Amino acid sequence: MRRLAIAVFAMAAPLAAGTATVIQNAKVLTVTKGTFEGSVLVRDGKIAEMGEKVLIPEGARVIDASGQYLIPGIIDCHSHIAAESINEGSVSVSSMVGIEDVLNPEDISIYRALAGGVTTANVLHGSANAIGGKCTVLKMRWGKSAKEMMFEGAVPGIKFALGENPKRAGGGPNPFGGGAANLRYPATRMGVEDVIREAFSDAKAYQAAWSDYRAKVARGERTLPPPRDLKLEPLVEVLEGKRFVHAHCYRQDEILMLLRVADEFGFKIRTLQHVLEGYKVAKEIKEHGAGVSTFSDWWAYKVEAYDAIPYNAAIMVRKGLIVSVNSDSAELMRHLNTEAAKAMKYGGLDETEALSLVTINPARQLAIDNRVGSIEVGKDADLVIYDKHPLSNFAKVEKVLIDGEVYFDREKDLEERPGLEIRRKALLDKEKEAQKERRPGDRPQSEGRPQ
Amino acid sequence: MKTILCALLCALPALAANDDSFLLRGATIHTVAAADIPHGDLLVRDGKIVGIGAKLSAPKGVRIIEARGLHVYPGMIDSATEMGLTEIGAVRETSDTTEIGNLNPQLRAAIAVNPASEHIPVTRANGITSVVTLPQGSMLAGQAALIHLDGWTWEDMSVLPDAAMVLQFPIIQGSRGRSFRAGQTTYAESKKTYEEHIRELEEFFESARRYQKAKQAKGTSFITDLKFEAMLPLLDGKIPLVVEATKERPIREAIRFAEREKLRMVLAHGEEAWKVAADLKSRNIPVVLGPTLELPINEDDPYDRPFSQPGELTKAGVKIAFGSFDTSFSRNLPYQAAAAVPFGLPHDEALKAVTLNPAEIWGVADKIGSIAEGKWADLMVTDGDPLETQTQVKQLFIKGKPVDLDNKQKQLYQKYLNRP
Repeated sequence: MRRLAIAVFAMAAPLAAGTATVIQNAKVLTVTKGTFEGSVLVRDGKIAEMGEKVLIPEGARVIDASGQYLIPGIIDCHSHIAAESINEGSVSVSSMVGIEDVLNPEDISIYRALAGGVTTANVLHGSANAIGGKCTVLKMRWGKSAKEMMFEGAVPGIKFALGENPKRAGGGPNPFGGGAANLRYPATRMGVEDVIREAFSDAKAYQAAWSDYRAKVARGERTLPPPRDLKLEPLVEVLEGKRFVHAHCYRQDEILMLLRVADEFGFKIRTLQHVLEGYKVAKEIKEHGAGVSTFSDWWAYKVEAYDAIPYNAAIMVRKGLIVSVNSDSAELMRHLNTEAAKAMKYGGLDETEALSLVTINPARQLAIDNRVGSIEVGKDADLVIYDKHPLSNFAKVEKVLIDGEVYFDREKDLEERPGLEIRRKALLDKEKEAQKERRPGDRPQSEGRPQ
Repeated sequence: MKTILCALLCALPALAANDDSFLLRGATIHTVAAADIPHGDLLVRDGKIVGIGAKLSAPKGVRIIEARGLHVYPGMIDSATEMGLTEIGAVRETSDTTEIGNLNPQLRAAIAVNPASEHIPVTRANGITSVVTLPQGSMLAGQAALIHLDGWTWEDMSVLPDAAMVLQFPIIQGSRGRSFRAGQTTYAESKKTYEEHIRELEEFFESARRYQKAKQAKGTSFITDLKFEAMLPLLDGKIPLVVEATKERPIREAIRFAEREKLRMVLAHGEEAWKVAADLKSRNIPVVLGPTLELPINEDDPYDRPFSQPGELTKAGVKIAFGSFDTSFSRNLPYQAAAAVPFGLPHDEALKAVTLNPAEIWGVADKIGSIAEGKWADLMVTDGDPLETQTQVKQLFIKGKPVDLDNKQKQLYQKYLNRP
């Protein structure tokens, strides 16, 4: 037995040498299994054990979290960080493009999100089109490649958008790109519905052509395959439940419209995003089975956000929906914990319900709740240590672990600052020297800061 | 009996002619300016605080408000908003923030405040009793107003209709405020525009000074000019110049400009004010910071730069206040202050920065900003620390009058929570 254990250990060693970590003396808010004061043992990137007392394996790294709080990594169900471009706004259906192809793993927003306790984000295409581009779930593995950041096995998504944004592109100056006016169908909510119906009508035909082809091949008939259509392929995946629809929406009428179109074509809306009037049609949303991912308290920035209320999340929770609170912003993403706390103020959710809005609920919406979203044995060790209660405005993130590895450490961040400042100065001096050789008034092109 | 009742009822309004007199009893009083008073009483008459202490007795006819277990704070002040000037950000018709032209000192925000704006009851429901509403625009944008968040008309709401003159300090910038990119505004072009703006600004101030002298001289050929007329309170030092600037260079230029022109300056935004802290301190220039919950302005800034700056400035002796620089997010003002607390801003300083400090900066500390005898009873009654999100505002008073805490959002909440 012992020899077997050694053999197993030896096999695992190259991958997972010294990866046992114990976080001890923490107030652990598991989200799904209550709260306790004690330790969490992490082994090979997973939560191996947890309880008031946990035996510390030899050689394990010990993180003392006395007086501190441990929660599962925050999950943002709506983000645009780490994407070099957001909107392919020239067409009403842009399902042929995908965020996966334009990921920038060096976007500083990733590190900043980490420092705000976010470990996973659903990175979406923009809202310029009724049917937008493909979306990707990322873990904030700062320092890794784009491919290594992708959440292994997560169901890919596609962005839909209703209301003002997709129809705005149909008249007046194109808000999604500089330059001249861009006339593009649709210009009304009627047209938005039509675009989606037309696309799924085509997708159905395309799906039928392929299944017909496959049936013929299976029967041994010689036949040519239908031409591939990269625009319709993702929609067929939607029809087959292999790709999640994340639909940007605001007003109750358009929400209901989309649910009915989905019913008509036999697919499901996985999440309604923003869904600021979701509180008005919670019943219908529940019947369809869509999740809802909303802002805590944004309102009045446009007409369709004028009936937005900060009670939205709480009402939808009370009406039995799976609710998450998202950021849609590299800034807001840094304090989703206190965004969740707003649902306690507005609508009276309790602590666990509030924390669920940014942990287990978005995990369920993205169907990654078998891996993340709560502190449970067997789940990924995506963990955040706060110095105070994470629902307090006075809390700050001390450490963030993903797969058991420390990706953010405030202490280390502070230690590294003087060195970084020296390097920054050296680079600036070098640039100043180089500038002397350029023509005056001529500046090097800059990409600017992330938008 | 009936007559007696009538006599009583009829007499009551005479005794308490207004509902702006009351004795609030048994709350923890957070005066901000002095020590907290646990289980304190607060006597308000005719809208003013006339007594603070333990076991005060209510004068005859003054109603008693029991507030045991609750907390009383001065109403909060948001030092930078567009309150009343804008309703729906994306709809131009609802926006009166930005006029055409670079030099508009004659514009007055106070007279364009829409008292029926839905933002007003939403904002005050979270304990904000006053805001500064600022006109926007290129360079001299107009006069900011300090307003109360209650009133039948903009006149009712005005605390200081001419609280300050607003200047967006010219900067060298790329298209749409972004960095320079190929095919867009070049650095050289932008620098030229910037230099023109600076010249324009300096010439305008020079002309205003000449106008001031001409007016004082009472010459026969003197003709009134409304733009220059509007500059006089600023030139006379009666109102401050609020300079909106973000980066170190324009902040330094603005300081030099204000010094040269002998103006009282308030810096607004000031994301890089920490680099200029010593100069701000030595010249007594206060800073309206915000929003705190924002991204660092440079890619290589520490991630917590916006959170740590308020503490750094306070430590350096610079007076700070917070502004939401928004309208729909004005209600989150206390959380902008709170965000700086874990990164070095002492809690009491954070509270001051949304109460007493702004009152001092805007020159109304004799009326609002703390709980002290003689001041207006602008008060919020809460069940906890207003800097914490979960805290609820239970009651609000402006000049001693109870303010309705209901709003559009609460009504929609009730309506749809009860939808069958």
